[in-house]
Amino acid sequence: MAVAQLKLDTTTNRLAAVTLPDGAVWAQAARSDALARVSAMGLPTRRDEYWRYTDPASLVAVDAPAAALFDNGEGPLFAGLDKIALVFVDGVFDASQSDDLTGVGLEIDHLSTATQADIHWATDLYGKLEERGQHPVPRPLAALNTAIATDGIVIRATAAVTKPVHITYLHQSTTSDVTLHHVVRVEEGASLTLLETGPGAARLNTCLEVDIANTGQFHHIRAQGNDHERRAVTHCFAQLGTESVFKSFTLTFNGVLTRNECVIDIRGDDAIAHVAGACVGDGDDFHHDDTVFVTHDALRGESRQVFKKVLRNGAVGVFQGKILVKQGAQKTDGYQISQSLLLDDDSQFLAKPELEIYADDVACSHGSTTGAIDETALFYLRSRGVPLHTARNLLTLSFLAEALAEIEDEALAEELQTRLEGWLARRA
Amino acid sequence: MLEINNLHAELEDDSEVTILKGLSLSIKPGEVHAIMGPNGSGKSTLSYILSGKDGYKVTDGSATLEGADLLDLEPEERAAAGLFLAFQYPVEIPGVGNMTFLRTAVNAQRKARGEEELSAGDFLKEVRAKAKDLQIDADMLKRPVNVGFSGGEKKRNEILQMAMLEPKMCILDETDSGLDVDAMKLVADGVNALRSDNRSFLVITHYQRLLDHIKPDFVHILSGGRIIKSGGPELALEVENNGYADLLAGAA
Repeated sequence: MAVAQLKLDTTTNRLAAVTLPDGAVWAQAARSDALARVSAMGLPTRRDEYWRYTDPASLVAVDAPAAALFDNGEGPLFAGLDKIALVFVDGVFDASQSDDLTGVGLEIDHLSTATQADIHWATDLYGKLEERGQHPVPRPLAALNTAIATDGIVIRATAAVTKPVHITYLHQSTTSDVTLHHVVRVEEGASLTLLETGPGAARLNTCLEVDIANTGQFHHIRAQGNDHERRAVTHCFAQLGTESVFKSFTLTFNGVLTRNECVIDIRGDDAIAHVAGACVGDGDDFHHDDTVFVTHDALRGESRQVFKKVLRNGAVGVFQGKILVKQGAQKTDGYQISQSLLLDDDSQFLAKPELEIYADDVACSHGSTTGAIDETALFYLRSRGVPLHTARNLLTLSFLAEALAEIEDEALAEELQTRLEGWLARRA
Repeated sequence: MLEINNLHAELEDDSEVTILKGLSLSIKPGEVHAIMGPNGSGKSTLSYILSGKDGYKVTDGSATLEGADLLDLEPEERAAAGLFLAFQYPVEIPGVGNMTFLRTAVNAQRKARGEEELSAGDFLKEVRAKAKDLQIDADMLKRPVNVGFSGGEKKRNEILQMAMLEPKMCILDETDSGLDVDAMKLVADGVNALRSDNRSFLVITHYQRLLDHIKPDFVHILSGGRIIKSGGPELALEVENNGYADLLAGAA
């Protein structure tokens, strides 16, 4: 079958099953525009260069493949934290488990409510950053998200928000197919921390658009787990103003298929964007893909990508990371590192680091490594009496440490570290 | 304490390369033995084989620690049985805090021996006191294992581990390498503080210098994978003054 035909069939089948949610005129326009983008681009197939290492078939299928629930009894993450809690159960907002949103010191709303209003600040953003992020590489699953997302959270921070906003995605139905879309606007001088945790659904598609005004700061920490059969495709589109800061960290446990795309557009001078991730996978039913695209289109921008993967028993990890430095983006400082620790011969790491630079006064570096546990260090630990599996786990954590160090909040980092220790300890 | 009898060993993936060719050595409780020898004589290999590093194959002979067959044990079991190797090149482990490492090791050994684990408080008290003697500051304890440590700091950290783990049989593999005079004195003081009637030492070194500080009861010359001469501390002085050539010629 011709490539074009496969794409056409895939797209036609999927879109035939789509119904756009109801809403105000602006929302309907944004959704039908997004749907038109999907039609024009076509949904991804394995033949697409951008999907060469990750088969999107189960992400574009009309029905979500079932995913068994998995509970290892660890309980919810960040439970002890003082925060604004928002809980979605299989994509449906659960008010009983969530905090009251009145008087929390920032503008926060449900997408489902916002899209009913004739006038709303989110009008200027919803689907807009996603649309811009479609070039030069198309991201049709993000456009599909904009078209069909049933809910999400829209947040506007106008000052330094002390409490983090914590979105929890609970998974209760084995066949849930969930699409959520969040919009965040961080105004000048404001700051916000967003936490996202939980498996969410049998198949979860999330899209996060973040617009950071001059001197604004946005911190994002996410933990994806734990269900082995879950599938997720996530997109984050961030736009950075002058002297703004964007920092995002994702920790992923298990999952038969996870594709996290992060698209960062540095538009203001002296902005900082860090995106990092760590994942741990065990078994040939684990596939994790980090795809990052950072565009420098301003002076003295600093970007940093740090991705680490621990893979065992046939697990597969993918990294596609790009730094694009546009003409005139002088004094850009771009850094990218992707590394995998293969705990056996069956696991695989596929990496495609890319630099594309059109300015002549920049410092950009990238590196990618694949390795096994360091035998010398392993012997050193064992010679001190540390048993083999404990020594291996210590060295595995040691490997992940550089990525975890990207989390600024020590308490949050420690809690994630404890989860990692638990994951490793369960695999003696 | 440590009985090595007619030990033969070769490289695991190259049986052409024989490293130990019938080495015998008997160390009694409380004794300090020194092994000297030219480069390539098998000194470091001996320490690795005794502590269980991969890559070597013992083809004949035996090594026992208080009667237990060392060669039959995993490296961590040898450690729990009371063997300790101070590395010539201590390994850097980024991302693992020195304290975490020490506490994991101490408690793993206690557990292996069926003893109760040290509480966090007791451990902290003990490690602080011992670190102070070795002039290891709080910052070094907090940092990742050996990362960014100077040569001297790494060796002091080895001795701190030794002090915390309280082994019966300590092997020091060229602990003097990379140390200036003051650092060597500090390390030697740390070792001497650990000397006791029921703890033995095997000090591997190129030079007599270290033996001025850690006074051995016996000195052995290792060459070609065998001990060619044994004697008292005066043997080390002989090496210092005349080199190995005379001894090697005499043994040939």
